[in-house]
Amino acid sequence: MMPFLVWLIFLLPLSSFIINSIIAMLVHPVSEGTRGGNLRNKISGYITIATIGGSLILSIWTLLSVMALPHHELAIPDINWLVIGDKLSISLGLIVNPLTVVMLIVVTVVSLLVQIYSQGYMHGDPGYHRYYAFMSLFTASMLGVALADNLLFLYVFWEGVGLCSYLLIGFWFHRPAAADAAKKAFIVTRLGDFGFLAAILLLFANTGTFDITELSHLAITGGLAGATLTWAAIGIFSGAVGKSAQFPLHVWLPDAMEGPTPVSALIHAATMVAAGVFLVARTYPLFAHSVEALTTVAIIGGVTAIFAATMGLVMNDIKRVLAYSTISQLGYMMLGLGTGGVAIGMFHLFNHAFFKALLFLGAGSVNHATGTFDMRQMGGLRKIMPWTYVTFLIASLSLTGIWPFAGFWSKDDIILSSMESQPILFVLATITVFMTAFYMFRAVFLTFGGEYRGGDPGSHGHPHESPPVMVVPMVILAVLAVVSGFWNVTGSFGVFLGHGETRSFVEGFFGIFTHPLPWISMLLAVLGILLAYAIYSARWLSAEHIGSLFKPLYILFSRKYWMDELYENIIVKKALLGGIFNGLEQVDTHVVDGAVNGAASGTIAGGGVLRRAQTGQLQLYGLFIGIGVLAIIVCLYLFG
Amino acid sequence: MNVELFAPELTLTACAIIVILLDFVINRKGLLAAVSIAGIVISAGFTIALWGSSSQAIFNNMLVVDNFALFFKLLFLGTAAMLILASVDYVSKFARFQGEYYALILLSTLGMMLMAATTELISIYVALELTSISLYVLVGFLKDPKSTEASLKYLLLGAVASAVLLYGMALVFGFTGKTQLGEIAQAIQAMSPQAPLASPALLLGIVLLVAGFGFKIAAVPFQMWVPDVYEGAPTPITAYLSVASKAAGFAIILRVFNSAFGLPNWLSLDWGLIFAVLAAIGMTLGNVVAIPQSNIKRMLGYSSIAQAGYLMVGLATVGFSPAADTLGQSGLIFFLASYALTNVGAFIAIIAISNKVNSDLIEDYSGMGKRAPLLALALTLCLVSLTGVPPTAGFMAKFYIFNGAVQHGLLWLVIIAVINSVISAYYYFRVAKVMWLGKPASEEKVPSSGALRVALSLSCLGVLLLGIVPSSVIRLAELAAKMLIP
Repeated sequence: MMPFLVWLIFLLPLSSFIINSIIAMLVHPVSEGTRGGNLRNKISGYITIATIGGSLILSIWTLLSVMALPHHELAIPDINWLVIGDKLSISLGLIVNPLTVVMLIVVTVVSLLVQIYSQGYMHGDPGYHRYYAFMSLFTASMLGVALADNLLFLYVFWEGVGLCSYLLIGFWFHRPAAADAAKKAFIVTRLGDFGFLAAILLLFANTGTFDITELSHLAITGGLAGATLTWAAIGIFSGAVGKSAQFPLHVWLPDAMEGPTPVSALIHAATMVAAGVFLVARTYPLFAHSVEALTTVAIIGGVTAIFAATMGLVMNDIKRVLAYSTISQLGYMMLGLGTGGVAIGMFHLFNHAFFKALLFLGAGSVNHATGTFDMRQMGGLRKIMPWTYVTFLIASLSLTGIWPFAGFWSKDDIILSSMESQPILFVLATITVFMTAFYMFRAVFLTFGGEYRGGDPGSHGHPHESPPVMVVPMVILAVLAVVSGFWNVTGSFGVFLGHGETRSFVEGFFGIFTHPLPWISMLLAVLGILLAYAIYSARWLSAEHIGSLFKPLYILFSRKYWMDELYENIIVKKALLGGIFNGLEQVDTHVVDGAVNGAASGTIAGGGVLRRAQTGQLQLYGLFIGIGVLAIIVCLYLFG
Repeated sequence: MNVELFAPELTLTACAIIVILLDFVINRKGLLAAVSIAGIVISAGFTIALWGSSSQAIFNNMLVVDNFALFFKLLFLGTAAMLILASVDYVSKFARFQGEYYALILLSTLGMMLMAATTELISIYVALELTSISLYVLVGFLKDPKSTEASLKYLLLGAVASAVLLYGMALVFGFTGKTQLGEIAQAIQAMSPQAPLASPALLLGIVLLVAGFGFKIAAVPFQMWVPDVYEGAPTPITAYLSVASKAAGFAIILRVFNSAFGLPNWLSLDWGLIFAVLAAIGMTLGNVVAIPQSNIKRMLGYSSIAQAGYLMVGLATVGFSPAADTLGQSGLIFFLASYALTNVGAFIAIIAISNKVNSDLIEDYSGMGKRAPLLALALTLCLVSLTGVPPTAGFMAKFYIFNGAVQHGLLWLVIIAVINSVISAYYYFRVAKVMWLGKPASEEKVPSSGALRVALSLSCLGVLLLGIVPSSVIRLAELAAKMLIP
């Protein structure tokens, strides 16, 4: 066993980024059919797939190694990054424990399948090489977040993830909506990152270390406690709130749909939003020893779960439905972390990654066929796109939490843990189950049921099933969306992650129905599906009628609680631009500028005066040497 | 004496002679550059082979072969190699004397290598003159009025500085009766007058040495020659002056002040304070006057005065720290390595651009981001590194040297240095702004030779590597610095 090979897991995609950037700069696409044109146009995709495939193999090997070890922890020798003298030493190391390997598997599997799928989706795009360069860096950064053993380096990769999301959401930067969405994602997550950075500095100032293992140890032994610990944990959590799109920083995620759909699949499943949940899991001992911080996590998670689900009920854009569903599911994960423990939250992340990636790839496939994301223009695709339909249906059942699909196992664990700690959050979580079932099957019936409604008005003729390069990754993900949940049927996932606070169901495949809770959640889910069927498939009820019946709520949800307007018009335009910034501007123009201008003109004038001393006169220069010597001697005698 | 200890210098001498002789018989002058590079590579190979052995004195204790000297020899050889690569286009415009150009570069490199290795006052002077005389000729190589004027100024002022230096050496010799640095130290400690002013002759000698060496490193107030000479000299030679010549000056200051005046403590505190004050004045003056410059070579001249100021923060740290602590020395050595890579990179980009546009005015760099994106990117990277922003070598170097200074009670100086770094961002970034946001004067691309591109990529790679994974070079610098403990 060669531990240093673990480094390759993120170095491989990083090298792919470097190679692909060079290709993107030097190689221009040529028209197809020319000799070697096929390879020339697609080389970057092959490189990316090969390197991420390599990372996947190494990740599986790491998983097996870690499982085989008695303590489930693989020691990797640190690299001394910066050692100056004997007082300052920062080392760069990897932490390879069960939490890491679960994340590695999720990232590499989803990323690899997304990269394969992208070959079809991005076919013929002029930015093909650039796309794969960014995707490689995105994957590498996320793997770095999973592997880094100290907060400083984790933060570097964390910012790398943020940067890549900016580049990829704004991939089609010539479209104003895409450029705006990219900016929004970057700025909103930036707000959370600020808290994270502050927390890192706070921790370093108090403990003198960035090392996560040492910090966790300090939290457990009480060396780090009280207000410092709480503030540090809340700071870290604010970073997670930004990245994982939790209330109130969730506004960027639905807009992030402007990027290419495979990017959305990666953002929503394995990278970016997963980073926030992962960060909380990684620094969990800090939260576990601060009741306030843990409660904050649980409440934000529970509120986000139901809050996002309500908006998902009324969206017409299939990707937006999925986006709100992601926010809602991330809320579940946070709720699981806040009330149950690392294993509970991470298990849902693990399962969610597969079925959510699948849903996005399905949405992309549908878009590929119809040219639109608006579900009102779709319909009837069940017959035309059977593979997409079946896989999408499986993913929806999994997300809804129907036994024995993957989502069922992790979601019920979360609901159980919330029931045992916070009754109100339990109620919110169960209502969300009903909503989830409704909005997902609303999407299924609108997209695939009924008759075809013509697609994008300006698009080409007849929709068709997507090519195998897109369908095969979807089928693989569909299999995973069914079976990934079986890992914890008897609680073995929780045991593997080794955190004692796991409270999952352990009664086995059928034994789980000896509890009442699974019955309740299943009943709610089925009711949700039936309601969606009644309205959108059988049309026993009219959507318009119900909409007008609950008109205020409908408007509230479809306008997204006016959160965008609140942020943009009230906070940014009125409060910040009109109030604070205006005030600051007054101070700036009259006080600061005055001082700066004074200093600057003083400096420049000084520069001018000194420059005039540079006459070019040789004798003067020689004289200066003599004067300089004299000045030093005089000063020494006067002050020495 | 074992001749292999002197192999790097012998190789370089032989190579310089071969280049001059070849110049008579061959017409393809590009070959001369290739021969020079080959000589440098062989010499560097010998130097690396000697690395790690314990310090060995040669030529009756006039020279020493130790890690400190070897580190600097590699630095000079590397700089010379990069500049020769970058000179190929530039020199091909000369009608005559191409062979002399390369040979003189090799000879001045030889002088610098000796400077790093000398441990005795007389040989210090000889090595210094060998370097300087070659450089006087190189500065005037263009033979146009500006270049000639620069050469003459450099020669005359250099002579004044040499005289000052010699006078200082004479005083030190008169006070101690020794020329060997180690013996000077013993003689001073034996007298041990316990107060600086009790031995005014020694102090005057030290001040004159500071002035003489200060001329080489462009320390204020001995910097007056810098802008005029930098502007007039051929651009590769300007780069060479700003990097190798300065590094050699610092090498010799480190050697002399450590070995001869490192102990007793009151003495080292004294010259430490001199360097601290000169550092503060130097960086402030360099940065402030760099702001209104319109010629990029002149601007980088002032910038190099400012950089010498940051470097003297390291010298001050050496003076203020106890003898066994080499944080100041290793910080200074690391700074020199990163500064060499950065400044060489910046000048190579400038050479390429001025080859095409025939101008050194900053306004003529307008729109270079469109005309020569890779050159502009490289120059921007180097300017960012000169400012000291991560993830570049310049940041690490400043962090390293300032960290040492703070640990030895020089917080006030570090505060001044940090303020100065902020000021310097103004004129460094202005060039970047002109290149990326300015309108290109023409759509013409800026071509550059393969050799130049290799040199430029190497220096940019170095700038990034030293900024991101500095630890191995830091190790080398620490090993080199350990040799200076008296």
